[in-house]
Parts: sequence; C-alpha cells; structure tokens
Amino acid sequence: MSAEVEETLKRIQTHKGVIGTIVVNAEGNTTLITSTKVDYAGLLHQLTMKARSTVRDLDPQNDLTFLRIRSKKHEIMVAPDKEYLLIVIQNPSE
Amino acid sequence: GMPQHSKMYCHPNDILPLTLTSATQELFGCRCDEDVTGDNPYKILRKEDIVQDMRMRAAVSDFSPMKQLVLDYPEDELLLVYDRDFIYGSSFYLVLTADAKERHLKPVVALGVEVALEREPSEVFAAQKTSEPQPWISLGSEQEIEEESVTDSRPRYRISRVRREFGSPIFFSDRNAMETKDGFIECTPYQDKNFSLKQMERHTGVQTIPNLKSSSTQTQWTYPRSMCTQYEPREFSEEKKENCLQSEKLKNFVNSVASRFEMAIQQNEIMDVFFDDWKALSEEDSGYGRKADPHLKEYQSFTDLHFSKEKTISNINWHPTINGVIAVAVTERLSFEDRINGSTKLLLNPSLILFWSFSDPINPQLLLECPDDVFSFEFCPSDPNIIVGGCMNGQVVLWDISTHVEQLQGTRTNKRENETPVVRYCAVSGIENGHKAPITDIQWLPGTFEVSRMGVPMENKNGICVQIVTCAPDCCVMFWDIRAPRVLQTMADQRKQKVEEKPLENPHGVPNTFKHLDLTWKPLIRVQHISYCQTQLQRVLSTTFCPQDGELVYTDWKLEKDNDSGRLFSAKPSHRFIIHDGQVNTVRRSPFFKDIILTVGGWTFAIWKEGVTNGPIIQSSCSQKKCTVGYWSQSRPAVLFIGKEDGNIDVWDLLEKTHEPSQTQNITATQITCIKPWIVSSKQHLLAVSDHLGTLHILEIPWTLRSPSSNEKLSMSKYFEKEVDRLVYFEKRREMRAKEKKDYEAEELRKKMVRYSI
Repeated sequence: MSAEVEETLKRIQTHKGVIGTIVVNAEGNTTLITSTKVDYAGLLHQLTMKARSTVRDLDPQNDLTFLRIRSKKHEIMVAPDKEYLLIVIQNPSE
Repeated sequence: GMPQHSKMYCHPNDILPLTLTSATQELFGCRCDEDVTGDNPYKILRKEDIVQDMRMRAAVSDFSPMKQLVLDYPEDELLLVYDRDFIYGSSFYLVLTADAKERHLKPVVALGVEVALEREPSEVFAAQKTSEPQPWISLGSEQEIEEESVTDSRPRYRISRVRREFGSPIFFSDRNAMETKDGFIECTPYQDKNFSLKQMERHTGVQTIPNLKSSSTQTQWTYPRSMCTQYEPREFSEEKKENCLQSEKLKNFVNSVASRFEMAIQQNEIMDVFFDDWKALSEEDSGYGRKADPHLKEYQSFTDLHFSKEKTISNINWHPTINGVIAVAVTERLSFEDRINGSTKLLLNPSLILFWSFSDPINPQLLLECPDDVFSFEFCPSDPNIIVGGCMNGQVVLWDISTHVEQLQGTRTNKRENETPVVRYCAVSGIENGHKAPITDIQWLPGTFEVSRMGVPMENKNGICVQIVTCAPDCCVMFWDIRAPRVLQTMADQRKQKVEEKPLENPHGVPNTFKHLDLTWKPLIRVQHISYCQTQLQRVLSTTFCPQDGELVYTDWKLEKDNDSGRLFSAKPSHRFIIHDGQVNTVRRSPFFKDIILTVGGWTFAIWKEGVTNGPIIQSSCSQKKCTVGYWSQSRPAVLFIGKEDGNIDVWDLLEKTHEPSQTQNITATQITCIKPWIVSSKQHLLAVSDHLGTLHILEIPWTLRSPSSNEKLSMSKYFEKEVDRLVYFEKRREMRAKEKKDYEAEELRKKMVRYSI
C-alpha cells in the first residue's frame, strides 16, 4: 500500500470514536478492512447504489457525494466513487 | 154433486175428499150453500157426533170409509171443508190432521200477517214451530250402509255325533296324502297366456350429467433436510488486493474523499448533529414553570368501617393486570401479649385481604379469607389470579380468584349490593411444615427460573411462576413449589383418582386449583441461618436478609454437602453489616440498577451496591422520626420515598440533595406501614400509602416527581460510581494509615532500642 494512502487512512482511523474503515471496490469486493465488521461491505454497497440511483433519478445531473446513516449506536459514513467505496464507522461522542 | 173418483184428483195426504148426502149434511148442519158457502167453507164437526153417526148408520154412513181415520184423529173436533169448486173431486173434504186444520183455519190470518203479528206474534211462530216428525222415506241410501256393515251371514254347518262318543279319547293317525286319489288338491302354477302383457308405453325420466371421471394425483414428498447457507463478502485474493492498494486510482480516490470524512467525523466529535434541541428545551422549561406544585395530591382514600376497624394494614399490592384494583392485607393492631389474651375474639374475627376498586370507595370488591393475619402477600406474576400469602402462624396460603375476576374488572352486570364475595383459600401449608414464626416476606421466583432440591437454580421451561420463597424470624428461608410433588407420582395419581370418585366436596365453593397442596404442602428447601431473618428477599442467585437487630446479611443459598456426614446444609452468610440502629424493615432493589439496593431501618436508610463489601455507598443522616418503610420511585432513578412514624412521607431526590429530603409531606396522623407506587399511564402515577389505622391512601405523584430529568439514570450511575470510589479510597486510606501507624511504632521501638543499647 502506498504510504500516502496509508497515512490518510490512518488519520481517519485515529479520530475519536472511529471503529473501523472499509475500502470496497465497485463490484462489491472488499479491498481493505480495518475492523471486524466485514458484513458492512456488501450491504452498504447495495445501499449506496440505491441511494445514488435515487439521487440521479431526481436530478440526472446530480450525483451522490456522501451518505451518512445515523443509528442508535453509531454512525456509518460512505463516500462513493466511480471505482471505489470508502466506509467509515464511528461511535459518536454521546 | 157428481161422485167422482177421488184418486183422479191429487190431494194432499192430510185431507180426505168425501161426499156427504143431504141427510148427513142436514144432520151435521153443513148444507151446501146454506150452512157452508164458498166464503165460509169451514165447518167444525165434533168427533163424537161422527162416531155416533157411524154407529147408528154403520155402512150407510158417509163416514164409514174413513172410520179408522176419524177414530185416530187426536182432537175432539174435525174440520170439514166445503169444496165448492170440486178442487179435490168431491163436495167436501175432511181434514185429517190437526196441523192441516190449523192451516186451513188460519190462512185468512196469514194474509193479514202484519196486523196479526202485532197482536199475536207468538201464535204465528208457535204455528210455524210445531212440526211433527214425519216417517222416514227410504231413498235407497240404506242399501249402501247395509252393504258395508258386517253381519253374520256365513252359512252355519251342523255337525252331529253319537252320544256315546262324547268325551271319548281321540286317536289320530297319519295318512299319506299320495295314497288315495284325491287325497290332496293342488294348484300348480302355469303360464297363463292371458296375463303375458307387453308394456308398450312406459314413463321414464332422463337426466343429463356431466361426464364423471375419477383421477388422482400425489405430490412428491420431499422430506425436509437441514440446509444452511452462509455467505461472506467477496474478497479479492491477496495478490489482487495488493495490486489494488498500490494502484494510482485508489490513491486519488482516497485523497479526494478523505476531507469529507474528516469533516463529518469532526462534526460528530464536536456535537451531536441529530440532537433535538427543541424537545430538550421544552423539558427544562416546563420544569421551571410547574415547580409550583411538587406535592403528592390525594387521589382517593379507602377505609372500611366493618373490616378494617381497629386493624392496621400490613401490606399493599396493586393488581398487576386490572387497572384500579388494589389489595391490602388487614391485620390486628395488637402486641403479642394482647393477641394471646384476646385469642378467642381473634378466632371469631377472620383475617382478611381486601380488594378495593377505584370505582367504589366504600365497599371492598372482594375479600380473601386467611387462616391467620397475613403480613405479606403477592400476586403471581405469570397468573394474576393466583395469590400467595404468608401468615402470622407460619403457614403459606394460596388463593385462586379466577371466578371473581369479572367482578373485579367491573364487567359483572348483576352486582349485588351489600354483599362482598368472600374467597376462601384453596390451599394452605401444614402447620408443622411451615415456619415457626410469622412469615415476614414472600416472593415469587420469576417464571423463567426454578430451583432444584439442591438449591441449584435451573431454567424453568414453562415460563410460569411455580416457586415461592418465604422468610421468617425463625432463622429459616424456605422455598416452596406449587406443583404436585413429583416424587410420589403414583401416590399422587391414586389420590387424584380417589378425589374424582367421590363427589367433590366443596362447601366453601373454593376452586380446586391447589388441592394437591392443601394441608400437605412442604417446602422444597429449607435454609437455616444463624441469626434471625426478617423481611424481604430479592431476586435471583442470592438473597439479602435483614435480621431483627439491624444487621444486614448477604448470602448465597446454595446448599452444600457436608463431606463428613453427607447432610445438606446451607453456606454461612458471606457478609454481615450492622448499619441501622433499629429493625430493618425494607430491602429493595432499584428498578433501574440491578445491583443497587435500598435498606431502611431505624432512623436511617442506606443504599448498597452489590459487590461492594465495605459498606453502604450512601447512608442518610438520622431523621427525627423513625423510618418505617421505603420504596424506590418507579420512573425516576434518583427518587425514593420514605415513610415515617409520624405519618410523613419524605421524598428524597438524590441528585438534588443528599443531606435531607427534597420534600416532606404529611399524609396521615399515624405511622405509615406500607408504600407502593404504581404506574397507571404516562400521565398518571399513583402511590398507595397505608397507615397504622387501616386506611389506604392513594396519592397522585406530581409531574416533577415522576418524570425523570434528562440523563437522570446516567447521572445516578455516575454518582454511585463516585460513591464507590469514595469508599474504596477511604478503605485505602485506612489501610495506609494502619500501615503508617505500624511503621511509626516500629520506628519508635527501634529508636527506643537504640537508646537503651547505648
């Protein structure tokens, strides 16, 4: 892994409350995991695709940039791209 | 006149035409056209005269042909009518019947019938009514009847016998019918051509039906097979992963999105984006506004002059399922000596548990009869129709109120006034098997839980509560099982059969729910302890008892086996604390924290944490009056209610102040004996308070005392932790001080020795 990528991801991971990060490729194969939450990848991939198609249906010139799912226990953040998907799970301070 | 045959002329039967010679006419005074005329043709002749005439002139008399008729005539006077026009063929005719006579004489009257009717209507009617019976004229109908009627018309045969053969014995013999010709007559059947008819026409019905075809089919039975599917996310092979991670694209991607993440994460760290400020704002605001009324409001109060006179209430329980129904145990307000002295009076006055309903503040809804004063009772959590109670004489009692549930719910339509139904207990433990002292607390083990004979807790698969724990000051804690004993299975079956054979004797109308336990109930396990036990067992896996003299004992009730003697005995209590300076009357776990326990006794109360063995984590200061009972609030983790000897209720809010109660309110004039809160709805929280005089007060908990402040639970747990830390710290300090002291003493000793050695 290149040093830059590693550094950036590490920066994200060391934030307070971050439980894990996952990098998923466009087809849904997991590339990198830094937590035990493996099941997030497949499910979130599908959800992200759905969210993106919704946004584009509403306005074809629009596109999904960021997805935040807040649950009782933690918050899941997904940033989609043409080829990859970065997922970060955080436990908010409260 | 010219004689003419009377037969040629038709004449009615009741007249007879006759010719009279002039001599006869003169004799009888009916000369033609002189005595009798056309206008007046009627002449009444006397029967005597006619008879005389006939006698005198015999055959010559004109009347001789009708001699018999004249003689037969019933009346004395006959009517002779002059037939001027020869209607009937003769000059005169004689009327033969009285009726006809009347008719002849009276037709003149009939013409003027209207006039006549006025004068003599009865006569006319009378004339019409009198109709004489006529001889029956046969018209041939009697032949039909005669044909139908059965008459003896068979020809009779006469058989004669020689006289000497009368009564002589008869000898029968056989004779072959075939021997003699004509011995028998037979009619052989033969086909008579006359009767071979061919039916040329016949009526038949025809119906069309759809074509019916039977067929069957069967599905292929595939037996179920256990299969499972497991998925895992697709992952790249290691090699591929490496490739990816090295790729440029990933680098660019991560660089581009990283900033978004950082922003979001940081945002989360700073504040909660999804926090509803509006809602939180309203909560605090209303707290300030409504501070005007933090008091407990009196909602209703129940007292019964008949049943709770001179009695006190020892325990309260809300009905777990029926709203508005509360049960109280009423006991005598006597000391031990007084009880013994007045024991006969007590026997006459049965002890009761009263059921009150909010709908009727004057009359209790149901009464449960107890063998003795009940100090503690509980509804079964899995079946609220079953109630268990512990009595003063150590017996455990069971009631089943399923027949009265409708009445409690208020759905019974025919409510009888002035008659509160009484339910007798359906099972009671034997006196020799129960406690030897008043049962002070009784609890149901939760439905998921049961205890084996060894005292090992096991899982109760049924989900219904079957076991009860009781404790009493006789140093015993007993576990009871309400199921029929399994050991004596055959005997129990036999007993059951016996009961079924004879008609069920049920004089008190008691349900047979626990018949198998009645009077033979034995505790499952008996746990012996050194010291007195009183009140209030809580829950799973261990129990805490509060003996009489203010001690708090904490122990585990698993029975252990003594290796030497093989007997089972209970373990020694693990911890003992003496904190309260009086009898401990309450031990209660907090409904919010599983390991926080409240104890109330003497003039103080204390809060304990399970696992912290140094002492109570919080202990209140001594109050002016004795604390008699305590209870946690059901909705606020920091609030508890303490009942006092003088009828006050102290409300403690531990987050507000811990040195004194947040508020005190006087409820009644005498000692408070029991407090039980109950949540009816989110808007209504009630507190049931009973006092020493036997009155039950229902108070409404105001909003400030029932709605928790934000994060109250969290604050309380933090507070408890702090207190635990404090205790630990003090313990450490104590140890440190002790150590210091020891070191100091050692140092002193050493110095002394050095001095002396010099």
